[in-house]
Amino acid sequence: MSYTSDEMMTVTAARTLRNGMTCFVGIGLPSEAANLARRTHAPGLVLIYESGTIGAKPSALPLSIGDGILAETADCVVSVPEIFNYWLQPGRIDVGFLGAAQVDRFGNINTTAIGGDYGAPRVRLPGAGGAPEIAAACREVTIVLRQSPRSFVGRVDFVTSVGFGDGPGSRERLGLTGHGPRRVITDLGVLEPDPRTCELVLTGVYPGVTVPQVREGTGWDLRVSAGLATVPPPTDAELAALRELRAAGQHHPRSATAGSSQMTGAIR
Amino acid sequence: MAEIVSLAEAVAAAIGDGDTVAMEGFTHLIPHAAGHEVIRQGLRDLTLVRMTPDIIYDQLIGAGCARKLVFSWAGNPGVGSLHRFRDAVEHGWPVPLEIEEHSHAGMANRYAAGAAGLPFAVMRGYRGTSLASQTAGVAEVTCPFTGEVLTAVSALRPDVAVIHAQRADRAGNVQFWGITGVQKEAVLASARSVVTVEEIVDELDPRPNAVVLPSWVVGWVALAPGGAHPSYALGYSARDNDF
Repeated sequence: MSYTSDEMMTVTAARTLRNGMTCFVGIGLPSEAANLARRTHAPGLVLIYESGTIGAKPSALPLSIGDGILAETADCVVSVPEIFNYWLQPGRIDVGFLGAAQVDRFGNINTTAIGGDYGAPRVRLPGAGGAPEIAAACREVTIVLRQSPRSFVGRVDFVTSVGFGDGPGSRERLGLTGHGPRRVITDLGVLEPDPRTCELVLTGVYPGVTVPQVREGTGWDLRVSAGLATVPPPTDAELAALRELRAAGQHHPRSATAGSSQMTGAIR
Repeated sequence: MAEIVSLAEAVAAAIGDGDTVAMEGFTHLIPHAAGHEVIRQGLRDLTLVRMTPDIIYDQLIGAGCARKLVFSWAGNPGVGSLHRFRDAVEHGWPVPLEIEEHSHAGMANRYAAGAAGLPFAVMRGYRGTSLASQTAGVAEVTCPFTGEVLTAVSALRPDVAVIHAQRADRAGNVQFWGITGVQKEAVLASARSVVTVEEIVDELDPRPNAVVLPSWVVGWVALAPGGAHPSYALGYSARDNDF
Protein backbone atom coordinates (compact mmCIF):
# COMPACT_ATOMS: atom_id res chain seq x y z
CA MET A 1 0.00 0.00 0.00
CA SER A 2 1.40 3.45 -0.83
CA TYR A 3 1.54 6.00 1.95
CA THR A 4 2.34 9.66 2.64
CA SER A 5 5.21 11.03 4.70
CA ASP A 6 2.67 12.27 7.26
CA GLU A 7 1.27 8.75 7.60
CA MET A 8 4.81 7.40 8.04
CA MET A 9 5.41 9.99 10.78
CA THR A 10 2.20 9.13 12.64
CA VAL A 11 2.83 5.38 12.42
CA THR A 12 6.42 5.81 13.63
CA ALA A 13 5.26 7.89 16.60
CA ALA A 14 2.51 5.37 17.43
CA ARG A 15 5.01 2.50 17.51
CA THR A 16 6.93 4.13 20.37
CA LEU A 17 3.95 3.71 22.70
CA ARG A 18 3.59 0.44 24.58
CA ASN A 19 0.49 -1.24 25.90
CA GLY A 20 -0.28 -0.18 29.47
CA MET A 21 1.66 3.08 29.31
CA THR A 22 0.14 6.34 30.47
CA CYS A 23 0.39 9.10 27.86
CA PHE A 24 -0.33 12.82 28.25
CA VAL A 25 -1.51 13.78 24.79
CA GLY A 26 -1.18 17.08 22.95
CA ILE A 27 -3.68 17.78 20.20
CA GLY A 28 -3.02 17.38 16.47
CA LEU A 29 -0.28 15.08 15.23
CA PRO A 30 0.54 13.66 18.69
CA SER A 31 -3.10 12.86 19.38
CA GLU A 32 -3.47 11.11 16.06
CA ALA A 33 -0.43 8.92 16.81
CA ALA A 34 -1.53 8.11 20.35
CA ASN A 35 -5.01 7.15 19.18
CA LEU A 36 -3.52 4.98 16.44
CA ALA A 37 -1.41 3.14 19.01
CA ARG A 38 -4.47 2.50 21.16
CA ARG A 39 -6.33 1.17 18.11
CA THR A 40 -3.51 -1.16 17.05
CA HIS A 41 -0.80 -2.66 19.27
CA ALA A 42 -1.54 -0.86 22.55
CA PRO A 43 -5.26 -1.23 23.40
CA GLY A 44 -4.46 -0.66 27.08
CA LEU A 45 -2.72 2.68 26.47
CA VAL A 46 -4.08 5.26 28.93
CA LEU A 47 -4.76 8.54 27.10
CA ILE A 48 -4.77 11.64 29.29
CA TYR A 49 -5.76 15.06 27.96
CA GLU A 50 -5.22 18.41 29.67
CA SER A 51 -8.97 19.00 29.69
CA GLY A 52 -9.01 16.56 32.65
CA THR A 53 -10.07 13.41 30.81
CA ILE A 54 -8.16 10.38 32.09
CA GLY A 55 -8.34 7.08 30.21
CA ALA A 56 -10.25 8.50 27.24
CA LYS A 57 -11.22 5.88 24.64
CA PRO A 58 -12.45 7.90 21.66
CA SER A 59 -13.72 5.88 18.71
CA ALA A 60 -13.03 8.86 16.47
CA LEU A 61 -10.12 11.26 16.39
CA PRO A 62 -10.83 14.18 18.73
CA LEU A 63 -10.42 17.56 17.04
CA SER A 64 -9.67 19.37 20.28
CA ILE A 65 -8.42 18.39 23.74
CA GLY A 66 -11.87 19.11 25.11
CA ASP A 67 -14.14 17.18 22.76
CA GLY A 68 -17.24 15.61 24.28
CA ILE A 69 -16.19 12.16 23.12
CA LEU A 70 -13.19 12.32 25.48
CA ALA A 71 -15.36 13.06 28.51
CA GLU A 72 -17.96 10.47 27.54
CA THR A 73 -15.41 7.65 27.18
CA ALA A 74 -12.97 8.52 29.98
CA ASP A 75 -12.36 6.46 33.13
CA CYS A 76 -12.77 9.73 34.99
CA VAL A 77 -12.92 13.45 34.32
CA VAL A 78 -11.19 15.81 36.73
CA SER A 79 -10.89 19.58 36.89
CA VAL A 80 -8.07 21.39 35.14
CA PRO A 81 -6.24 22.31 38.38
CA GLU A 82 -6.45 18.65 39.39
CA ILE A 83 -5.13 17.23 36.12
CA PHE A 84 -2.00 19.37 36.39
CA ASN A 85 -1.45 19.25 40.16
CA TYR A 86 -2.40 15.69 41.14
CA TRP A 87 -1.75 13.79 37.93
CA LEU A 88 0.98 15.48 35.89
CA GLN A 89 3.13 17.32 38.44
CA PRO A 90 4.09 14.35 40.70
CA GLY A 91 5.56 12.43 37.75
CA ARG A 92 2.86 9.78 37.48
CA ILE A 93 2.73 9.86 33.70
CA ASP A 94 5.05 7.80 31.51
CA VAL A 95 5.23 9.83 28.36
CA GLY A 96 4.25 13.27 27.12
CA PHE A 97 3.35 13.45 23.43
CA LEU A 98 3.85 16.99 22.16
CA GLY A 99 3.75 18.96 18.93
CA ALA A 100 5.77 22.11 18.30
CA ALA A 101 6.16 25.02 15.90
CA GLN A 102 9.93 25.10 16.46
CA VAL A 103 12.33 22.71 18.12
CA ASP A 104 16.05 23.27 18.63
CA ARG A 105 19.17 21.09 18.79
CA PHE A 106 18.63 20.54 22.52
CA GLY A 107 14.98 19.59 22.12
CA ASN A 108 13.61 22.85 23.51
CA ILE A 109 10.17 23.72 22.16
CA ASN A 110 8.74 27.04 20.95
CA THR A 111 4.99 27.44 20.55
CA THR A 112 4.89 31.11 21.55
CA ALA A 113 6.37 33.53 19.01
CA ILE A 114 8.69 33.51 16.01
CA GLY A 115 10.91 36.38 14.85
CA GLY A 116 11.09 39.95 16.08
CA ASP A 117 10.99 40.22 19.84
CA TYR A 118 8.45 38.97 22.32
CA GLY A 119 6.58 42.28 22.46
CA ALA A 120 6.36 42.58 18.65
CA PRO A 121 6.87 39.16 17.11
CA ARG A 122 6.80 38.41 13.39
CA VAL A 123 4.44 35.49 13.98
CA ARG A 124 2.42 35.14 17.14
CA LEU A 125 1.63 31.49 17.99
CA PRO A 126 -0.98 30.20 20.47
CA GLY A 127 1.38 29.96 23.44
CA ALA A 128 2.22 27.45 26.12
CA GLY A 129 -0.94 25.59 27.01
CA GLY A 130 -0.04 22.55 29.06
CA ALA A 131 3.26 21.87 27.29
CA PRO A 132 5.81 23.40 29.72
CA GLU A 133 4.73 21.20 32.62
CA ILE A 134 4.20 18.16 30.38
CA ALA A 135 7.77 18.58 29.11
CA ALA A 136 9.04 19.05 32.66
CA ALA A 137 7.21 16.29 34.52
CA CYS A 138 6.46 13.30 32.28
CA ARG A 139 9.03 10.54 32.63
CA GLU A 140 9.92 11.05 28.96
CA VAL A 141 8.74 13.17 26.06
CA THR A 142 8.15 12.45 22.38
CA ILE A 143 7.90 15.44 20.04
CA VAL A 144 6.10 15.09 16.71
CA LEU A 145 6.40 17.76 14.01
CA ARG A 146 7.13 18.20 10.31
CA GLN A 147 10.75 18.96 9.52
CA SER A 148 12.06 22.11 7.81
CA PRO A 149 14.93 24.53 8.42
CA ARG A 150 12.36 26.97 9.83
CA SER A 151 11.03 24.49 12.36
CA PHE A 152 14.38 22.84 13.24
CA VAL A 153 16.61 25.64 14.48
CA GLY A 154 19.89 25.92 16.38
CA ARG A 155 18.21 27.84 19.17
CA VAL A 156 14.46 28.46 19.51
CA ASP A 157 13.36 32.12 19.47
CA PHE A 158 11.42 31.54 22.69
CA VAL A 159 11.72 28.63 25.12
CA THR A 160 8.11 27.72 25.77
CA SER A 161 8.93 24.23 27.06
CA VAL A 162 12.32 23.02 28.17
CA GLY A 163 13.99 20.03 26.55
CA PHE A 164 17.63 19.86 27.57
CA GLY A 165 17.99 23.64 28.04
CA ASP A 166 21.56 24.67 27.27
CA GLY A 167 22.79 21.09 27.20
CA PRO A 168 24.07 18.53 29.71
CA GLY A 169 23.10 19.21 33.32
CA SER A 170 20.44 21.83 32.52
CA ARG A 171 17.46 19.75 33.58
CA GLU A 172 19.10 18.81 36.86
CA ARG A 173 20.00 22.44 37.62
CA LEU A 174 16.43 23.52 36.90
CA GLY A 175 14.97 20.76 39.08
CA LEU A 176 12.94 19.26 36.24
CA THR A 177 11.79 15.85 37.38
CA GLY A 178 11.25 14.02 34.07
CA HIS A 179 14.01 12.78 31.78
CA GLY A 180 13.15 15.12 28.91
CA PRO A 181 12.83 14.45 25.18
CA ARG A 182 13.48 10.86 24.24
CA ARG A 183 12.91 11.34 20.51
CA VAL A 184 11.71 13.78 17.87
CA ILE A 185 9.67 12.18 15.11
CA THR A 186 9.31 14.06 11.83
CA ASP A 187 8.04 13.45 8.32
CA LEU A 188 11.61 12.51 7.30
CA GLY A 189 12.89 10.38 10.15
CA VAL A 190 13.73 10.13 13.85
CA LEU A 191 16.11 12.26 15.92
CA GLU A 192 17.26 11.25 19.41
CA PRO A 193 19.38 13.06 21.97
CA ASP A 194 23.01 11.98 22.25
CA PRO A 195 23.26 10.74 25.85
CA ARG A 196 26.54 12.60 26.36
CA THR A 197 25.90 15.96 24.66
CA CYS A 198 22.07 16.05 24.77
CA GLU A 199 22.16 17.23 21.13
CA LEU A 200 19.57 15.74 18.79
CA VAL A 201 21.18 13.41 16.25
CA LEU A 202 19.63 11.56 13.35
CA THR A 203 19.07 7.92 14.28
CA GLY A 204 16.47 6.84 11.75
CA VAL A 205 15.33 7.72 8.24
CA TYR A 206 12.23 6.62 6.41
CA PRO A 207 12.43 4.44 3.30
CA GLY A 208 13.41 6.58 0.32
CA VAL A 209 14.63 9.50 2.45
CA THR A 210 18.34 10.37 2.22
CA VAL A 211 20.60 11.77 4.92
CA PRO A 212 21.35 14.94 2.87
CA GLN A 213 17.61 15.50 2.59
CA VAL A 214 17.22 15.43 6.37
CA ARG A 215 20.26 17.67 6.84
CA GLU A 216 18.74 20.18 4.41
CA GLY A 217 15.61 20.13 6.52
CA THR A 218 17.57 21.01 9.65
CA GLY A 219 18.69 24.50 10.63
CA TRP A 220 21.86 23.33 12.38
CA ASP A 221 24.72 21.05 11.36
CA LEU A 222 22.89 17.81 12.09
CA ARG A 223 25.03 14.89 13.22
CA VAL A 224 24.17 11.39 12.08
CA SER A 225 24.29 8.39 14.40
CA ALA A 226 26.78 5.65 13.56
CA GLY A 227 23.87 3.24 14.05
CA LEU A 228 21.56 5.05 11.60
CA ALA A 229 18.65 2.75 10.77
CA THR A 230 15.97 2.75 8.11
CA VAL A 231 12.56 2.78 9.79
CA PRO A 232 10.35 -0.04 8.47
CA PRO A 233 7.49 1.26 6.30
CA PRO A 234 3.92 1.18 7.64
CA THR A 235 2.25 -2.22 7.49
CA ASP A 236 -1.06 -2.55 5.68
CA ALA A 237 -2.72 -3.07 9.06
CA GLU A 238 -1.21 0.15 10.48
CA LEU A 239 -2.26 2.16 7.43
CA ALA A 240 -5.76 0.72 7.41
CA ALA A 241 -6.20 1.54 11.12
CA LEU A 242 -4.90 5.08 10.64
CA ARG A 243 -7.17 5.78 7.67
CA GLU A 244 -10.15 4.32 9.47
CA LEU A 245 -9.40 6.55 12.47
CA ARG A 246 -9.18 9.65 10.27
CA ALA A 247 -12.37 8.78 8.42
CA ALA A 248 -14.20 8.19 11.72
CA GLY A 249 -13.04 11.60 12.88
CA GLN A 250 -14.92 13.16 10.00
CA HIS A 251 -18.11 11.14 10.14
CA HIS A 252 -18.66 9.84 13.66
CA PRO A 253 -22.28 10.69 14.50
CA ARG A 254 -21.83 11.05 18.26
CA SER A 255 -18.68 13.06 18.00
CA ALA A 256 -18.60 16.80 18.28
CA THR A 257 -15.86 16.68 15.62
CA ALA A 258 -18.30 15.72 12.88
CA GLY A 259 -18.22 17.91 9.83
CA SER A 260 -14.65 19.11 9.83
CA SER A 261 -11.62 17.61 8.22
CA GLN A 262 -9.16 20.30 9.21
CA MET A 263 -6.22 19.17 11.29
CA THR A 264 -3.94 21.87 12.55
CA GLY A 265 -1.31 19.94 14.42
CA ALA A 266 1.35 22.42 13.38
CA ILE A 267 0.06 25.08 15.72
CA ARG A 268 0.10 22.92 18.80
CA MET B 1 -28.51 34.15 46.87
CA ALA B 2 -28.27 34.26 43.10
CA GLU B 3 -30.75 36.47 41.27
CA ILE B 4 -32.33 34.99 38.17
CA VAL B 5 -32.49 37.78 35.58
CA SER B 6 -32.14 38.33 31.83
CA LEU B 7 -28.67 38.09 30.31
CA ALA B 8 -28.67 41.83 29.55
CA GLU B 9 -29.56 42.63 33.16
CA ALA B 10 -26.91 40.24 34.50
CA VAL B 11 -24.10 41.75 32.40
CA ALA B 12 -25.20 45.30 33.21
CA ALA B 13 -25.31 44.55 36.92
CA ALA B 14 -22.06 42.61 37.14
CA ILE B 15 -19.59 44.20 34.71
CA GLY B 16 -18.34 47.77 34.38
CA ASP B 17 -15.74 49.48 32.18
CA GLY B 18 -12.19 48.68 33.30
CA ASP B 19 -13.15 45.50 35.15
CA THR B 20 -11.09 42.33 35.14
CA VAL B 21 -13.37 39.69 33.69
CA ALA B 22 -12.76 35.93 33.46
CA MET B 23 -15.10 34.24 31.01
CA GLU B 24 -14.00 30.68 31.52
CA GLY B 25 -14.66 27.35 29.83
CA PHE B 26 -12.26 24.71 28.53
CA THR B 27 -13.38 23.96 24.95
CA HIS B 28 -16.67 22.87 26.54
CA LEU B 29 -19.27 25.33 27.95
CA ILE B 30 -17.73 28.55 26.61
CA PRO B 31 -19.95 31.52 27.57
CA HIS B 32 -20.37 32.87 24.04
CA ALA B 33 -23.80 34.44 24.51
CA ALA B 34 -22.55 36.37 27.54
CA GLY B 35 -19.49 37.53 25.57
CA HIS B 36 -21.73 38.85 22.83
CA GLU B 37 -23.79 40.71 25.42
CA VAL B 38 -20.58 42.37 26.70
CA ILE B 39 -19.88 43.54 23.13
CA ARG B 40 -23.50 44.69 22.72
CA GLN B 41 -23.30 46.78 25.88
CA GLY B 42 -20.12 48.42 24.57
CA LEU B 43 -17.97 47.73 27.63
CA ARG B 44 -14.43 49.12 27.37
CA ASP B 45 -10.93 48.78 28.86
CA LEU B 46 -11.56 45.29 30.17
CA THR B 47 -8.77 43.05 31.35
CA LEU B 48 -9.86 39.73 29.96
CA VAL B 49 -8.68 36.57 31.70
CA ARG B 50 -8.99 33.12 30.19
CA MET B 51 -6.81 30.02 29.97
CA THR B 52 -7.85 29.32 26.38
CA PRO B 53 -9.08 32.50 24.69
CA ASP B 54 -10.89 31.49 21.51
CA ILE B 55 -13.25 33.07 19.01
CA ILE B 56 -15.38 34.92 21.56
CA TYR B 57 -12.31 36.62 23.04
CA ASP B 58 -11.13 37.36 19.50
CA GLN B 59 -14.44 39.11 18.88
CA LEU B 60 -14.17 41.04 22.16
CA ILE B 61 -10.65 42.14 21.16
CA GLY B 62 -11.77 43.04 17.63
CA ALA B 63 -14.72 45.01 19.02
CA GLY B 64 -12.35 47.08 21.13
CA CYS B 65 -13.58 45.88 24.52
CA ALA B 66 -10.19 44.72 25.81
CA ARG B 67 -7.18 46.58 27.12
CA LYS B 68 -5.29 43.53 28.32
CA LEU B 69 -5.41 39.77 27.92
CA VAL B 70 -4.22 37.30 30.58
CA PHE B 71 -4.03 33.81 29.11
CA SER B 72 -2.15 30.54 28.56
CA TRP B 73 -3.18 29.30 25.08
CA ALA B 74 -4.77 31.52 22.45
CA GLY B 75 -6.44 29.74 19.58
CA ASN B 76 -9.53 27.92 18.40
CA PRO B 77 -8.68 24.35 19.44
CA GLY B 78 -8.32 22.25 16.32
CA VAL B 79 -9.75 24.82 13.94
CA GLY B 80 -7.38 27.75 13.62
CA SER B 81 -5.76 30.86 15.00
CA LEU B 82 -7.19 34.09 16.40
CA HIS B 83 -6.85 36.77 13.74
CA ARG B 84 -7.85 39.82 15.82
CA PHE B 85 -5.56 38.67 18.64
CA ARG B 86 -2.67 38.17 16.21
CA ASP B 87 -3.30 41.55 14.54
CA ALA B 88 -3.37 43.25 17.93
CA VAL B 89 -0.11 41.60 19.06
CA GLU B 90 1.80 41.56 15.77
CA HIS B 91 0.66 44.97 14.44
CA GLY B 92 -0.95 46.82 17.36
CA TRP B 93 -4.17 46.90 15.33
CA PRO B 94 -6.86 48.10 15.87
CA VAL B 95 -5.36 49.03 19.24
CA PRO B 96 -2.37 47.60 21.09
CA LEU B 97 -3.23 44.78 23.42
CA GLU B 98 -1.22 44.26 26.57
CA ILE B 99 -0.64 40.59 27.23
CA GLU B 100 0.24 38.60 30.32
CA GLU B 101 1.03 35.05 29.43
CA HIS B 102 1.29 31.88 31.50
CA SER B 103 1.18 28.12 31.20
CA HIS B 104 -2.08 26.24 31.76
CA ALA B 105 -0.78 24.83 35.03
CA GLY B 106 0.20 28.32 36.12
CA MET B 107 -3.22 29.79 35.32
CA ALA B 108 -5.03 26.88 36.98
CA ASN B 109 -2.97 27.35 40.13
CA ARG B 110 -3.52 31.12 40.09
CA TYR B 111 -7.29 30.59 40.04
CA ALA B 112 -7.03 27.95 42.77
CA ALA B 113 -5.08 30.38 44.96
CA GLY B 114 -7.72 33.03 44.37
CA ALA B 115 -10.48 30.59 45.25
CA ALA B 116 -8.61 29.58 48.41
CA GLY B 117 -8.09 33.15 49.55
CA LEU B 118 -4.30 32.88 49.30
CA PRO B 119 -1.96 35.46 47.74
CA PHE B 120 -0.11 32.88 45.68
CA ALA B 121 0.09 29.21 44.77
CA VAL B 122 3.12 26.94 44.83
CA MET B 123 3.94 24.66 41.92
CA ARG B 124 6.70 23.11 39.89
CA GLY B 125 6.82 25.02 36.65
CA TYR B 126 8.20 27.84 34.47
CA ARG B 127 11.83 27.11 35.37
CA GLY B 128 14.09 27.37 32.37
CA THR B 129 11.36 28.78 30.14
CA SER B 130 11.35 32.23 28.53
CA LEU B 131 7.88 32.76 30.01
CA ALA B 132 9.32 33.18 33.50
CA SER B 133 11.20 36.36 32.49
CA GLN B 134 8.39 37.86 30.37
CA THR B 135 5.54 37.47 32.79
CA ALA B 136 4.68 39.26 36.01
CA GLY B 137 3.36 37.16 38.85
CA VAL B 138 5.92 34.36 38.61
CA ALA B 139 8.71 34.08 41.19
CA GLU B 140 10.93 31.56 42.89
CA VAL B 141 9.98 30.50 46.40
CA THR B 142 11.95 28.34 48.80
CA CYS B 143 10.16 25.63 50.72
CA PRO B 144 10.49 26.42 54.47
CA PHE B 145 10.60 22.71 55.30
CA THR B 146 12.90 21.17 52.69
CA GLY B 147 14.75 24.15 51.21
CA GLU B 148 13.66 23.12 47.73
CA VAL B 149 13.29 25.98 45.24
CA LEU B 150 9.80 26.00 43.72
CA THR B 151 7.70 28.41 41.69
CA ALA B 152 5.17 30.83 43.15
CA VAL B 153 2.42 32.25 40.96
CA SER B 154 0.30 35.17 42.11
CA ALA B 155 -3.40 34.61 42.80
CA LEU B 156 -6.00 35.61 40.24
CA ARG B 157 -8.83 37.62 41.76
CA PRO B 158 -11.02 38.82 38.89
CA ASP B 159 -13.79 41.34 39.49
CA VAL B 160 -16.21 39.11 37.61
CA ALA B 161 -16.35 35.47 36.52
CA VAL B 162 -18.67 34.56 33.65
CA ILE B 163 -19.41 30.90 32.90
CA HIS B 164 -21.95 28.82 31.04
CA ALA B 165 -23.54 25.77 32.75
CA GLN B 166 -25.99 23.10 31.72
CA ARG B 167 -28.63 24.16 34.24
CA ALA B 168 -29.74 25.87 37.38
CA ASP B 169 -32.72 25.37 39.66
CA ARG B 170 -35.20 28.11 40.54
CA ALA B 171 -33.23 29.01 43.65
CA GLY B 172 -30.16 29.73 41.48
CA ASN B 173 -28.10 26.65 42.38
CA VAL B 174 -25.92 25.89 39.35
CA GLN B 175 -24.93 22.46 37.99
CA PHE B 176 -22.51 21.55 35.20
CA TRP B 177 -20.80 18.33 34.14
CA GLY B 178 -18.55 16.75 31.52
CA ILE B 179 -15.32 18.70 31.14
CA THR B 180 -15.66 21.14 34.01
CA GLY B 181 -12.36 22.97 33.47
CA VAL B 182 -11.48 25.71 35.91
CA GLN B 183 -14.93 27.30 36.19
CA LYS B 184 -15.51 26.42 39.86
CA GLU B 185 -12.20 28.04 40.81
CA ALA B 186 -12.91 31.05 38.57
CA VAL B 187 -16.27 31.73 40.25
CA LEU B 188 -14.89 31.26 43.77
CA ALA B 189 -11.86 33.49 43.00
CA SER B 190 -13.97 36.35 41.65
CA ALA B 191 -15.80 39.11 43.52
CA ARG B 192 -18.93 38.73 41.36
CA SER B 193 -20.25 36.07 38.98
CA VAL B 194 -22.64 35.61 36.09
CA VAL B 195 -23.78 32.13 35.06
CA THR B 196 -25.72 31.51 31.86
CA VAL B 197 -27.57 28.18 31.66
CA GLU B 198 -29.14 25.94 29.03
CA GLU B 199 -32.24 25.50 31.17
CA ILE B 200 -33.77 26.28 34.54
CA VAL B 201 -35.34 23.25 36.22
CA ASP B 202 -37.37 22.49 39.32
CA GLU B 203 -34.82 20.09 40.75
CA LEU B 204 -31.15 19.31 40.03
CA ASP B 205 -31.07 15.51 39.98
CA PRO B 206 -27.52 14.12 40.34
CA ARG B 207 -25.29 13.76 37.27
CA PRO B 208 -21.95 11.93 37.11
CA ASN B 209 -19.01 14.20 37.76
CA ALA B 210 -21.20 17.27 38.24
CA VAL B 211 -19.98 20.44 39.87
CA VAL B 212 -22.63 22.22 41.89
CA LEU B 213 -22.19 25.87 42.78
CA PRO B 214 -24.65 26.71 45.56
CA SER B 215 -26.85 29.72 44.94
CA TRP B 216 -25.14 31.69 47.70
CA VAL B 217 -21.79 31.85 45.87
CA VAL B 218 -23.37 32.88 42.55
CA GLY B 219 -24.30 36.46 41.69
CA TRP B 220 -26.63 36.33 38.71
CA VAL B 221 -28.12 33.45 36.70
CA ALA B 222 -29.50 34.04 33.21
CA LEU B 223 -31.25 31.64 30.88
CA ALA B 224 -29.35 31.38 27.56
CA PRO B 225 -30.21 28.18 25.67
CA GLY B 226 -27.48 27.46 23.13
CA GLY B 227 -25.36 30.08 24.91
CA ALA B 228 -22.17 28.08 24.41
CA HIS B 229 -22.46 27.95 20.60
CA PRO B 230 -20.19 27.36 18.64
CA SER B 231 -18.66 25.42 21.53
CA TYR B 232 -20.89 22.77 23.07
CA ALA B 233 -22.84 21.86 26.19
CA LEU B 234 -22.58 18.14 26.90
CA GLY B 235 -26.02 16.57 26.78
CA TYR B 236 -27.50 19.62 25.01
CA SER B 237 -25.48 20.50 21.91
CA ALA B 238 -22.50 19.46 19.76
CA ARG B 239 -19.47 21.56 18.88
CA ASP B 240 -20.00 23.43 15.61
CA ASN B 241 -16.57 23.13 14.01
CA ASP B 242 -17.73 24.65 10.72
CA PHE B 243 -18.72 27.91 12.41
